Amino acid sequence: MLAVQDVHKSFGDFKAVNGATLQVEKGRIVAVIGPNGAGKTTLFNLICGQLSPDKGRIIFDGQDITALPPHKVCRRGVARSFQIANIFPRLTVFKNVQVSVLSQHQKSGVLFKPADQLLIDETEKILDRVGLLDKAQVIAGSLSHGDLRILEIAIALGGSPRLLVLDEPTAGMSPDETKRTMGLVKDLSQKEGLTILFCEHDMDIVFNVAHSIMVMHHGRTLIQSSPEEVRKNKEVQEAYLGAEDA
Amino acid sequence: MKKIEFKITLILIALLSLIPLVLPRFYIYITATIFVTALLAMSLNLVVGHGGLYQFHHGVFYGVGAYVTALLILKAGMPFWAAFILAPIASTVTGFLIGWFCVRLSKLYYGMLQISLGSLIWAIAFRWYSLTGGDDGLHGVTIPDLISSTRNAYYFTFIVLLASLWILYAILRSPFGTTLQALRDNPERCEAIGINVRRHQLAAVVIATFFAGVAGALFVVIEQSVFPDLLFWVLSLEVFIMCLLGGWFTFAGPILGAAIMVSLRTFVGTYTEYWTLVLGIILILLIFFLPEGVMGFFLERLGKPRSRQNGNDKAGASVGSR
Repeated sequence: MLAVQDVHKSFGDFKAVNGATLQVEKGRIVAVIGPNGAGKTTLFNLICGQLSPDKGRIIFDGQDITALPPHKVCRRGVARSFQIANIFPRLTVFKNVQVSVLSQHQKSGVLFKPADQLLIDETEKILDRVGLLDKAQVIAGSLSHGDLRILEIAIALGGSPRLLVLDEPTAGMSPDETKRTMGLVKDLSQKEGLTILFCEHDMDIVFNVAHSIMVMHHGRTLIQSSPEEVRKNKEVQEAYLGAEDA
Repeated sequence: MKKIEFKITLILIALLSLIPLVLPRFYIYITATIFVTALLAMSLNLVVGHGGLYQFHHGVFYGVGAYVTALLILKAGMPFWAAFILAPIASTVTGFLIGWFCVRLSKLYYGMLQISLGSLIWAIAFRWYSLTGGDDGLHGVTIPDLISSTRNAYYFTFIVLLASLWILYAILRSPFGTTLQALRDNPERCEAIGINVRRHQLAAVVIATFFAGVAGALFVVIEQSVFPDLLFWVLSLEVFIMCLLGGWFTFAGPILGAAIMVSLRTFVGTYTEYWTLVLGIILILLIFFLPEGVMGFFLERLGKPRSRQNGNDKAGASVGSR
């Protein structure tokens, strides 16, 4: 479904991503791991169009999406969440998701029809799905950290994506919140057949949830394989697991 | 609109309709000036308060509306009504052209470029003596008898203001308006959910400049003249302050801001010529004590329509300013 082919990106002299390769099969959960500064977020920014690569190609559904602007990548069916809660703080939770649903239905430009009569069911369905329906009328900026991160995913779901890209979905969460979030991610994959790509620090989570793991180190892909294979791999142990655990 | 807000609005409209019947001519004129300025401030707030764009030189589109009205009547001999319709269109075209360049930049750079391009238009009006009368401006624009008396001009301005406000209100409640507010909060995220940010911003600028043009044409109705100060950046700054003063995250705030500023300018202006000094002090007090503006302050105090927003401003500011 998604293929990242030998992608490079430098900021000045710093090679943030230096030969990353990634395969995401339809219906799978794929994780990207790597120490801080390995280039995970940069890679996601390249996939979703926030940055454009210096070299390499990104193919989604057989079509080249390299260097497309973010709103066009989104139109193709790739939605993402951000590492730092990236929401609309002055709008209600409901509107946060509705804006995304409106955009997905190409209704953002409608001028003379009250928004509170449009796509209500679709929006409420998503809020119900992630468990935020009871907070629909709360102003988003006042949510707790855990709820903010859930809302972050809900906004992404508003675009009815085929591929959901989550940048450290559980960063800064309590163990309970982490459990809730990963439960949601698993659910989305199993019940709705969503393809999910995410990156994460917590090894337990990754080896628990992911079907396939890609390891990044110094901007380069070391390996992409099943969790068992990755765990056994010498190079990975030296470069990453060893370094982190020691 | 909530029931109580609806009632207050109706009472206000009724009271304002009575003004020409009871107050002396000078006050009728001042209130009409407030109407025109309020429409200008409301049009600006669409892009500033609700759209998050640094529209620093909005006065230009007001001035273009006024100048085009005056020029079409005086120099092209057009009937007033034709000029009244064409003037906002001229403002809209100007808004589109300037906006087309500006939305390519973000935040302060947007504002800086707009000041530069707007000042260019001011310079043209100021220098092109044979056409615009330079710093003298244009005087003696003939207005149809129907709306030329102070009282009738008042009612005409009032009706146009109400119609414009109704449209602006509808726009803000529409998906377009909701998306615009999302854009103000977080343009980066908007891109990521498939919104064409620049196009949406440009559309908002075009709508805002249209209503600025309407306000400009109304200015000619009550003043029968135009002068280059209408295009000068100082006026734009004043209108910007009206939005902040009234409450830029509220719908009606800019109207209140315009009423306060025009009244102060009129009455303080009779005592001292240092009106801008008073303006400066207002601005300082505003920044320190009423960051949400007068309307925002009272809505929060009363805990009414925005009660849910209490306490989120800090969160909003910290997330939004990142």
